Amino acid sequence: MNKELLLTAGIHLLVAIVILGFILFVVMYMIWGLRRIMGFMQVRIGPNRLGWQGLLQTPADALKLLQKEDVIPKGADRWLFTIAPIIVFVPAYMVYVVMPFGDGLIAKDLNIGILYVSAITSIAVIGIVIAGWASNNKWSLLGAFRAAAQLVAYEVPMILALCVPVIFAGSLRMGGIIEAQEGGWFTNWFIFRGYGIPALAFLIYMAAGLAEVNHIPFDIMEAESELVAGFNVEYSGMKFALFFLEEFAAAFTICAIAVTLFFGGWHAPFPFLGENLTGIAKMAVSLFWFLAKTAVFVFVLMWIRATWPRVRVDQLMNFGWKVMIPMGLFILLAAGTVVTLGWVKL
Amino acid sequence: MEITGYNVAFIAIAAMTVTSAIFVVTLPNILRSALFLMFTFIGVAGLYVLANAEILAAMQLLIYVGAITVLILFAIVLTQQLMGARITQTSRNIVLGGVAAIAVFAFIATTFVSHFSKGSDMIAAQPAVPTSDPLLMIAKMLIQPYVLPFELASFILLVAMVGAIVIAKEDKD
Amino acid sequence: MPPLSWYLYVSAALFALGLFGMMTRRNSIAMLMSIELMLNAANINLVAFSAYLRGHTMVGQMFALFVIALAAAEAAIGLAIVINIYRTVKHIDADEINLMKW
Repeated sequence: MNKELLLTAGIHLLVAIVILGFILFVVMYMIWGLRRIMGFMQVRIGPNRLGWQGLLQTPADALKLLQKEDVIPKGADRWLFTIAPIIVFVPAYMVYVVMPFGDGLIAKDLNIGILYVSAITSIAVIGIVIAGWASNNKWSLLGAFRAAAQLVAYEVPMILALCVPVIFAGSLRMGGIIEAQEGGWFTNWFIFRGYGIPALAFLIYMAAGLAEVNHIPFDIMEAESELVAGFNVEYSGMKFALFFLEEFAAAFTICAIAVTLFFGGWHAPFPFLGENLTGIAKMAVSLFWFLAKTAVFVFVLMWIRATWPRVRVDQLMNFGWKVMIPMGLFILLAAGTVVTLGWVKL
Repeated sequence: MEITGYNVAFIAIAAMTVTSAIFVVTLPNILRSALFLMFTFIGVAGLYVLANAEILAAMQLLIYVGAITVLILFAIVLTQQLMGARITQTSRNIVLGGVAAIAVFAFIATTFVSHFSKGSDMIAAQPAVPTSDPLLMIAKMLIQPYVLPFELASFILLVAMVGAIVIAKEDKD
Repeated sequence: MPPLSWYLYVSAALFALGLFGMMTRRNSIAMLMSIELMLNAANINLVAFSAYLRGHTMVGQMFALFVIALAAAEAAIGLAIVINIYRTVKHIDADEINLMKW
């Protein structure tokens, strides 16, 4: 009895470490990609000195951050100051338990997959408020208030938009939602079905998701020109690296969830491109398609970052409460009507 | 008591929950109290998962940890008198409170537990595994038998939202 | 699987701690936090019985869901009242707010 327990615990620990390694690797090269792509869009070359085409730039930056002095401001609450980045990063990492990387490549296909994702991403708000308070700095606190208001406001439209593919698929499970989009052709993906209702839900989800991960155009909380970088102004070194890591990991999560719910997950767009394989080949091909589709959306996010300006905080709150929530409710109502009256083939 | 994964997990999660609850009610720094309240809520969600109530666990995380804790943190920060000062808690009635708490715990632990755990044939030894999809069961129960409490709960939440805004508004005259 | 009595012990401990917090803390927000602890203890009780009673129908989980919703409403109103009190008397010490006591 004891040996089986240790064995299963060991396997779960190994999976957790592999996923953590994946997140670190992906975030590192998302940062490199961001800097190069934004550079090209702004008619300049990004970092290209360290390593071939600058690939070693982010590891070098990480090493630099690791060896910086860990400054804790005078009068700040030491324990809260230290634990805030952990409270922000751990939920962003825990979402990867249900991320469907490929066929059979989910750490645990929970039967409440989407509900779990919504519940876990709402925990990060606490870390941000505590970071703002524990810095003992008026501007940090104001930045943290704005951040919490923005995050809480945009959680609701995000969850409402997430419900639409759930209604179409009839299941909260990630595997169930992907199975409802199978069939080999890209026209089976939810975004092309249902008279455009999931497409509208996708737009709402992306807008709310951008606000949830503080991405431009909603990055009031941490832009350098707004309140001196907001709640993380007093953070340096490894703690700042954790905040930064969380931001990029959450951006990858938003893209990955959008791909899973609206774009067929790990299914290939055409049947001859890998629908009928089995075993390891199927796992590898499905992983490739998942990562390729997510990479497209991450590129779109970087494109948005290089192109759009930032909204003002009152415009942000107005948009969230007065526009996105009614739109989300309307889309949910439309999706429910269409599915209940049988107007879509499921 | 066998050493199964469930028992070990239960003991770990229950220990975390009760320890965090002890810190909630005894720490003088109220912001740390609120943080330990968040850990208590997370522990309670873990206990729900062990009792085959995953949907309720996700709701607990979403509502209690994601919303109520943030609300409490905002209220604490908005009602501190000075930046960085801590409201000290010189507890009154501490002896009376301690006696009452121990009495309540002893009463529940001895009377109820002994009544409900010994050989009652209504209590199963293991939590029941749901026979059909639990989400479907909860959804059906919300629509058919319990639709009135569902609508009333939404009405109460609307009233609470409007009432909280009205009460906490600043008078701009 | 843990027997039912363990869930009941945890629930009783949380309830007793919430009661202790309610009676001894001066800060109004700390009292509200203790109330939330007591509500959570009741919820654990409901969910445990819903899982362990034969004839499993998930009624306990429904009840717990409504308790969570009502606890959210009550926390919102309670904290709004606390903020209003702070604006009026500049502190939230529950011992000192006794104008209406006869």
